[in-house]
Amino acid sequence: MDLSSVYTEIIMEHNQAKHNKHQLTATTHKERGHNPSCGDDITLALTVEDNIIIDAAYDGMGCAISQASTSMMIDLVKGKTVEEAREKVSTFIRLIKGEVNPDDALEALEDVVVLSNIKNMPARVKCAVLAWHTLDEALNNPSE
Amino acid sequence: METTKDTYRGDFPFFTNNPDLVYLDSAATTQKPTQVLEATLTYNGAQHANIHRGAYELSIEATNKFDAVRSKVKAFIGASLEEEIIFTSGTTESINMIVSSYAGLHLEEGDEIVLSILEHHSNLVPWQQLAIARKLKLSYMYINDLGIIEPDEIEVKIHDGVKIVAITMMSNAIGVKTPIEAIIKRTHQVGGIVVVDGAQAVPHQAIDVVSMDMDFLVFSGHKMMASTGVGVLYGKKALLETMAPYRYGGDMIEYVEEQVTTFAKLPSRLEAGTPNIEGVISLGAAIDYINHIGMDTIHNHEMMLTQYALLKLSELDYVNIIGTTDIQFKGPVISFNIRDVHSHDTAFILDNAHIAIRSGHHCAQPLMHYMKVPSTARISFYIYNNTEDVDQLITHLKEVRRWLGYGS
Ligand SMILES: Cc1ncc(COP(=O)(O)O)c(C=O)c1O
Ligand SMILES: [Zn+2]
Repeated sequence: MDLSSVYTEIIMEHNQAKHNKHQLTATTHKERGHNPSCGDDITLALTVEDNIIIDAAYDGMGCAISQASTSMMIDLVKGKTVEEAREKVSTFIRLIKGEVNPDDALEALEDVVVLSNIKNMPARVKCAVLAWHTLDEALNNPSE
Repeated sequence: METTKDTYRGDFPFFTNNPDLVYLDSAATTQKPTQVLEATLTYNGAQHANIHRGAYELSIEATNKFDAVRSKVKAFIGASLEEEIIFTSGTTESINMIVSSYAGLHLEEGDEIVLSILEHHSNLVPWQQLAIARKLKLSYMYINDLGIIEPDEIEVKIHDGVKIVAITMMSNAIGVKTPIEAIIKRTHQVGGIVVVDGAQAVPHQAIDVVSMDMDFLVFSGHKMMASTGVGVLYGKKALLETMAPYRYGGDMIEYVEEQVTTFAKLPSRLEAGTPNIEGVISLGAAIDYINHIGMDTIHNHEMMLTQYALLKLSELDYVNIIGTTDIQFKGPVISFNIRDVHSHDTAFILDNAHIAIRSGHHCAQPLMHYMKVPSTARISFYIYNNTEDVDQLITHLKEVRRWLGYGS
């Protein structure tokens, strides 16, 4: 396997970038997700107003893939409606399952499609999808 | 440092079948030598019959073979009686048996159990759940920065009234040994009994349950070159005799009537149903193999490799070794992290170079939480490893940070 298809520049940038890694002051949705086998453990916080995700951030630890995937997802869904975000989650999961090809997902997922190589790496699939499942859960369970 | 000769690697078909693989995960499970593989093949292919059953010769021979392993295990751990050796499916089942059939029977509300923070989940969760269900007190002995349980901690935590201390001999997560003699001595002083988790120690060092005065000792076959699904529960006879049957069924009975049953004597009373006969036979063959090489030879070889690896790792300034590096306090297990890199990435990058290591929390979440390290990379050795394995590891470790976008 070519490691450069996993540890791409953009994935490494997002792994090290901290712009989405902080606490949110006004939080309407909060969800913790973790991969027991790998040790990825993230908490995703959202501020949803008038059905729009106006802000999102995460906190926690994990491997480069889980961290990058989380950060890229946050960039993607900020400013989108709840339905749009849900749609993107489902497209991403299908991308990682190999049910939709990267070209067809490009419009919905933008640069996140670089993660599509993960579909060939069973050891990393859980890392890539963690944030997305957590987002889905969060949207289903508004705080209070 | 002299490089090792591969005196024993040739005994392991696994390495012939995987010539490029560097296997550094023996703390999870070990590979098997031909001698063990052939023992199960011979039994399955030529001698398979159930035990303690038929009057025909094959069944009697299978029974004899099975019983012979009990005597091998007895000698291997220095027990005094064969009936003190109970075959189980592994460490996990052995511990669950002690928890439900011994502790569950004898402990009362308010009684105290002491564990160490180093425990594997399988020597922690069963006790914790018993404590919740029966309103017992559960306390932990903690470690210092080197991963070691200090004498004071033993004195303070194991006090009058403590009924059971359950403790590993060696941490699977960080490879540090526990002061087992001191813990046993102290527990007996206060009138408690000690359950020793030998999953990581028994495969790598000589054990003598009598001179060490262990009350219970548990271990797994698959970490000492035998099959998965077989393990041992050793207990002093007087303690085993007070245990309730763990499972009811065939083989563990004496007379069964419609409304009542009388149970068999030890060890059968604690071994209901058809056991893992081929597993037990593989365990016997593994013990023969270990005895043939000599436990001292195995121990010296692995500790030499451990020392060598510690030296090589210490030359990389971005490698942080977890726990003591003094091999006097260690088994053949090293846990570490690479600066700024999650262990899953380390393991993944090494896997790509055909180097198998473990990453994550090593089934010891309370320990990781206590040490404030969410995960570690772990390497572990056995008789078939050599210094070349370590050299390959080091070569590829040097690439890890670069893949993740760090300079070096
Ligand atoms: C210290 C320790 N205890 C218990 C166990 C559980 O052993 P098993 O899974 O064979 O039952 C392990 C296995 O990793 C271990 O390392
Ligand atoms: Zn991961």
